Amino acid sequence: MNIKRLGIGVLTGLGLTTMVATEIAIAAEQIFVPGLVYRTGPYAPNGIPFANGMQDYLTLINERDGGINGVKIVHEECETGYNTKVGVECYEKLKSKKPVTVIPNSTGITYQLIPKSYKDNIPLLTMGYGRTSAAVGSVFPWVFNFPATYWSQATAVISYIAGKEGGLGSLKGKKIVHIYHNSAYGKEANPTLKVMAEKFGFDLTLLAVDHPGQEQKATWLQIRRKKPDWIFMSGWGVMNQVAVKEAAAQGFPMDRFIGNWWSGSENDVLPSGGKANGYIAATFHTPGGGTPLHAEIKKHVYDKGLGGGELSRTGEVLYIRGMLNHVFVVEAVRNAQKHFNVKVPNGEQMQWGYENTNVTAADWKRIGLPGYPPIKVTCNDHEGGHPVLFQQWNASTKTWKVVSDWIPVMKDLVRPLMEADAAKFAKENNITPKSCS
Amino acid sequence: MEFLNLVLIAPIADMIEYPSFLAEVVFGGLMSGVMYSLVALGFVLIFKASGVFNFAQGVFALFAALTLVGLMNGTMPFTLEKSLPELPAWAAVIVTFIVMIGLAIAVERIVLRPLVNQDHIIMFMSTIGLAFVLEGLGDTIWGSEVKALDVGIPTGNFLIGEIQIQIFDLWAAGIAAFLVVVLALFFQYTRTGRALRAVADDHQAALSVGIPLKNIWIIVWSVAGLVALVAGIMWGSKSGVQFSLSLIALKALPVLILGGFTSVPGAIVGGLIIGVGEKVAEVYWGPLVDGAIENWFAYVVALVFLLFRPQGLFGDKIIERV
Repeated sequence: MNIKRLGIGVLTGLGLTTMVATEIAIAAEQIFVPGLVYRTGPYAPNGIPFANGMQDYLTLINERDGGINGVKIVHEECETGYNTKVGVECYEKLKSKKPVTVIPNSTGITYQLIPKSYKDNIPLLTMGYGRTSAAVGSVFPWVFNFPATYWSQATAVISYIAGKEGGLGSLKGKKIVHIYHNSAYGKEANPTLKVMAEKFGFDLTLLAVDHPGQEQKATWLQIRRKKPDWIFMSGWGVMNQVAVKEAAAQGFPMDRFIGNWWSGSENDVLPSGGKANGYIAATFHTPGGGTPLHAEIKKHVYDKGLGGGELSRTGEVLYIRGMLNHVFVVEAVRNAQKHFNVKVPNGEQMQWGYENTNVTAADWKRIGLPGYPPIKVTCNDHEGGHPVLFQQWNASTKTWKVVSDWIPVMKDLVRPLMEADAAKFAKENNITPKSCS
Repeated sequence: MEFLNLVLIAPIADMIEYPSFLAEVVFGGLMSGVMYSLVALGFVLIFKASGVFNFAQGVFALFAALTLVGLMNGTMPFTLEKSLPELPAWAAVIVTFIVMIGLAIAVERIVLRPLVNQDHIIMFMSTIGLAFVLEGLGDTIWGSEVKALDVGIPTGNFLIGEIQIQIFDLWAAGIAAFLVVVLALFFQYTRTGRALRAVADDHQAALSVGIPLKNIWIIVWSVAGLVALVAGIMWGSKSGVQFSLSLIALKALPVLILGGFTSVPGAIVGGLIIGVGEKVAEVYWGPLVDGAIENWFAYVVALVFLLFRPQGLFGDKIIERV
């Protein structure tokens, strides 16, 4: 009897050991890309299309190409509810699975993860959000915020306004109001705007709106009193929808109201109906679902019933942005695989992969997004200095239309600010900048 | 000295120098206060009748608004396909009210009835659970994207002198005033209203004199559902119907502290005071500290009142017999 039990025990043990060993072996052959997403909570309407875009691009690579250079990608979502504390818990839970990268999906979470990145050696991709000065790669070697940052975006917005007013010289005396979400994210553009206000002579007013931003009467009373020439908004979630409605109710001209790229999705304008017509927003990618990449997503993902959301919503701004996040992750993995001749790159190899990101016009065509401007990241420049587009909402067709050329950012103005801020961070945290020579 | 000038003299001088702008700020505050009162009313009704602080009131407003938009858009519940006939706003409002009555019956059967005579804190905890269940249910039934809501309330603005008046705000004020009058009459002059107040005082005593507790609870939760529907329509028209709508409950808390948990007029007056107080503070003192003070300033106003009247402005006086 005892021998029988012993035999069963040994066999069970062997079976379990084999299963675990197989699992480890399979894991070693797979690329783990976690997703810190928010499909629930007050910001879910924005988080869902974003998460769907992220998920669908990886499904496309797995289904069409069998993974990245034949290595399958495993994608696991962790729900943050756009809550910084929960986001950090997600990171801690997932980091043991050796992710090739972590996308925090929130400026607040990014700020908490930056100190951890120095110890964990896991690259963070904070595309178009997060800490702007993390673009200085020598001080923030594990953080990548290309294709553009909040500070660069602010310079492009001012350039756009200048273009409408007759040049940078015409900005003198103009009144510009920045309405911002009262959070780390919302405040990011303020230092750059202040520097530009001094340099170009415009009158800048900064108005904070508290989370979630459902009630903004006091803000708009101040705007009515100020009578600004232009309004720039760094909002998120319900704050954007209420602001667009308040602007319309006051009769503020929509084509002088510019949202940043997190205030320019369909969700932000649809609730206002026809009154949002003409609203402008910055973006770093084209809107709409007519690209060759969308055709591929339809063929290899949605036609097989593997889509994360609805096919009809794959042309939405936030879906495209989610997709674009993983486009860059996949390109960085490709770089690392090729350079180090590995199947699954580790953190250091992925860091190299990001630092050598060089997406040319030919690459964009291969990816399925022809016409996008090239992006080149270096060891010390993690931003790439991508230009910015402006899109305008057409309420009757319910579509965004690009209304500008790719507007270059003022790198000469922003880079010294970034370097000063990064140097301050390095001093405060006893960080010896990495040599990028 | 400069500090005193910035904090005390400059804002007051500004008010005196530009009285029409001050009037616009005060008017804006009153109108915001009306919107807060609409939410606070739902809390007051349930607390008055059952002694329960209904944590789920904000989610009630969200659920009602989601149902209304879903019906108006012809959305098939759960599948989210637009395969049903689109109902006109008035019909959708009626059907939504019926749904809210159904919800009230379900709450009474599933949540309240098993908890009769339990401590209020247990009832309160059950409403927290209810809030999460209802939020998840709303998401599953109607989807989580932002939905435009237009029930035909006029928008736009006009000027009286230099003061800009938002037409939507006037409608909100009118609707809130109508609701308050109806509710006040209902509580004071109907048998059901008196029974509601009796139940609020003592469940067991009310039962012993033959007041059917379960019916009373269904009625009061249904009326609170109606108030939630009105609040959902007004707030949803402003911001679109989305899950952050449930957070409007946060705007009602300082109103309740100030106005008292048991007074319908208190919810209105409290809302108006909070509305004006926070707007004046934000516009005139906010810039001194980089703005965004109105949310917490509302609680400062409420707490100051609380120091002098712990039961709130219109709340029942607390008398403990030893």
